[in-house]
Amino acid sequence: MASGRNQKSSRPIRVLLAKPAIDGHDRGVYVLARAFRDAGMEVIYPGLLPTPEEMVRIAIDEDVDVIAISLLNGSHMTIFKKVMELLKKNHAEGIAVVGGGIIPAGDKPMLEKMGVSGNYGPGTPMSDIIDHIKKRARESRSKKW
Amino acid sequence: MMEKHKSKSNGVSFWAKKLKLIQSDTKHESKRYLGWENKILEPWEGSKHVDGRGRIVYTSEYALEKDDSMPGVYPFTRGIYPNMYVGKPWTMRMFSGFGTPEDTNARLKYLLKHGETGLSIAFDEPTLYGIDCDNARADGEIGKCGVNVSSLKDMEVLFDGIPLGSVSTSMTINAPAIILFAMYIVAAQKRGVKSSSLAGTLQADILKEYIAQKEWFYPPEAHLRMIKDMMLYSVKKMPKWNFISVSGYHIREAGSTAVQELAFTLADGFHYVEMGLSAGLKVDEFAPRISFFFDSSMEMFEEIAKFRAARRIWATVLKEKYGALNPKSLKLRFHAQTSGYTLTWQQPLNNISRTALEALYAVLGGAQSIHTNSYDEALALPTEDAAKVALRTQQVIAEETRVNDIVDPLGGSYYLEALTDKMERDAYEYFHKIDEMGGVLEAIKKGYLQDQIANASYERQMRLERGEDVMVGVNKYRDEKERPINTLKISMAAQRTQRRRLAQVKKTRNVAKVRASLKRLRKAMESKNENLMPYVMDAVSAYATIGEIVKVGRDVYGEWKEPKII
Repeated sequence: MASGRNQKSSRPIRVLLAKPAIDGHDRGVYVLARAFRDAGMEVIYPGLLPTPEEMVRIAIDEDVDVIAISLLNGSHMTIFKKVMELLKKNHAEGIAVVGGGIIPAGDKPMLEKMGVSGNYGPGTPMSDIIDHIKKRARESRSKKW
Repeated sequence: MMEKHKSKSNGVSFWAKKLKLIQSDTKHESKRYLGWENKILEPWEGSKHVDGRGRIVYTSEYALEKDDSMPGVYPFTRGIYPNMYVGKPWTMRMFSGFGTPEDTNARLKYLLKHGETGLSIAFDEPTLYGIDCDNARADGEIGKCGVNVSSLKDMEVLFDGIPLGSVSTSMTINAPAIILFAMYIVAAQKRGVKSSSLAGTLQADILKEYIAQKEWFYPPEAHLRMIKDMMLYSVKKMPKWNFISVSGYHIREAGSTAVQELAFTLADGFHYVEMGLSAGLKVDEFAPRISFFFDSSMEMFEEIAKFRAARRIWATVLKEKYGALNPKSLKLRFHAQTSGYTLTWQQPLNNISRTALEALYAVLGGAQSIHTNSYDEALALPTEDAAKVALRTQQVIAEETRVNDIVDPLGGSYYLEALTDKMERDAYEYFHKIDEMGGVLEAIKKGYLQDQIANASYERQMRLERGEDVMVGVNKYRDEKERPINTLKISMAAQRTQRRRLAQVKKTRNVAKVRASLKRLRKAMESKNENLMPYVMDAVSAYATIGEIVKVGRDVYGEWKEPKII
């Protein structure tokens, strides 16, 4: 194989899609997984109930551009924060993090400040989410190389 | 639908025969209808057929040729009681639970005070997954989606001051059902209430967890054994207890169609019947205490037809396949909950009208008890005010609309009868298919049911994206400037309270007693036939925690990873 750089930057966007908490309601993530795949992305879905630690390890091992995390159970302020701290601890801040789920408007500024963007609620058009992920993936890659 | 009980004659299964019979009943367009369509309808705009259902009007050919039964009479299509709500209105059972047991106890008392007639408990995610509140994995999740219960102590607080001998309680608990069931019995016994007088329902439907809601600890066989033990215990000792609530709600909310909800739920129900038979019970001993739980969603006639078809199928199969004779075995009793999925985050007050309609469909479909969602539930657990509006919605239907005056007022509607027949037919197609795959457990292990639901859910989402399906306020009639509503916030104080209480329990309990009870439980779990109920009751009485009890099971049975479907 030729040296990685050009190959890497032209490879499809790779997204880790996960619900890193005790939350088994997976209707939404299955829809997202298919929609991301249909939009030409590579989607990694680690199954239910990964811990934030497991999720961050997978993100690093699989060299993803974006982590898309979703929670419906009200624990996003605790868990999303944990994910961001773990990324930092593992020197993987370059990976973009996009959030979604049942996230009250009042929590969004705090999440943005942590570095979790998007934070889409129910009813968001799929194209908005996909465009945002593409944008964050581009940023993530430009930071890496 | 296990191999063992497949009633085959000449190599043809019950399901194949039944399906063939039902398909041969299918009506074809009559000359009268076709003549009307060609001469009268065609010239009019709007003659295009709606939704692939083929017709825009139904005629007397569809009326009651096949099933002209009366309410309270086999196959109970029109309702399981002859007088239905004229005799007694449905039970208004509001699913409640949040924060600490004290918080939820106060909400239960509030709802009882405002006319609620039965209790229904929602547990939080750590409890549902058998994780103690002092486990790091429970961080930030305690009391968020329901009430947290880690030990018997919490259960005692939860029902403090509530008359357990006279109120009926439904508990939405599945993987750790045997533990919470044991806690409920022990908490009642400690207050002098005998278990034989306890009335209520345990959800305990693990099959739909593997299919849809995805909450389990062990491989299916281990959980099924626990359900069998609860079944045997209840049949013997608790005549007013429904040991299972076979649930379609979660299947539907996970994205299934109405037909899939109907078919997969009943297929699960048949599996539990066969489990009881394998355990040596007679069908009429335990079938009367099997109850059901369905979704009531937005499409009016489809929902009502679903409820009617469910009753007809259950009665028919219990009688013809399983030989039930007791009329109570044949009567499908169900709780209905309005659909959470149909609630919108946008313009949440619109949800009041959605919930009112869905609750009305459940009434027209003959539900025994109903939960109405609160308008703020797309955003959070309901506030007290929102929960009151939801309860009042049921009271408006019950006491202002007069739908209660007539039993099955829609029976005989050409369209509704035709749709009931169609849903029945479609359900039998699934039963046959599932049977061919080796039964519902095999279909789950192959990921077939899960895949069917994911496909239906994706198609629905795509129809919404394209604007073919409408959600008012979401993909049509949007308001750019919405004012936020007040929502319930669960503070981190619940977590602190729960952890403090558990620390106290752990400090004051007799550790040797806990260890000994868990050791005995382990031995019982390792044995094949020992009923686990007394052992779990013994452990919870010693204040062993949910997490400790679940860990014993994990050591014995191991875990389970679901099949990949994407």
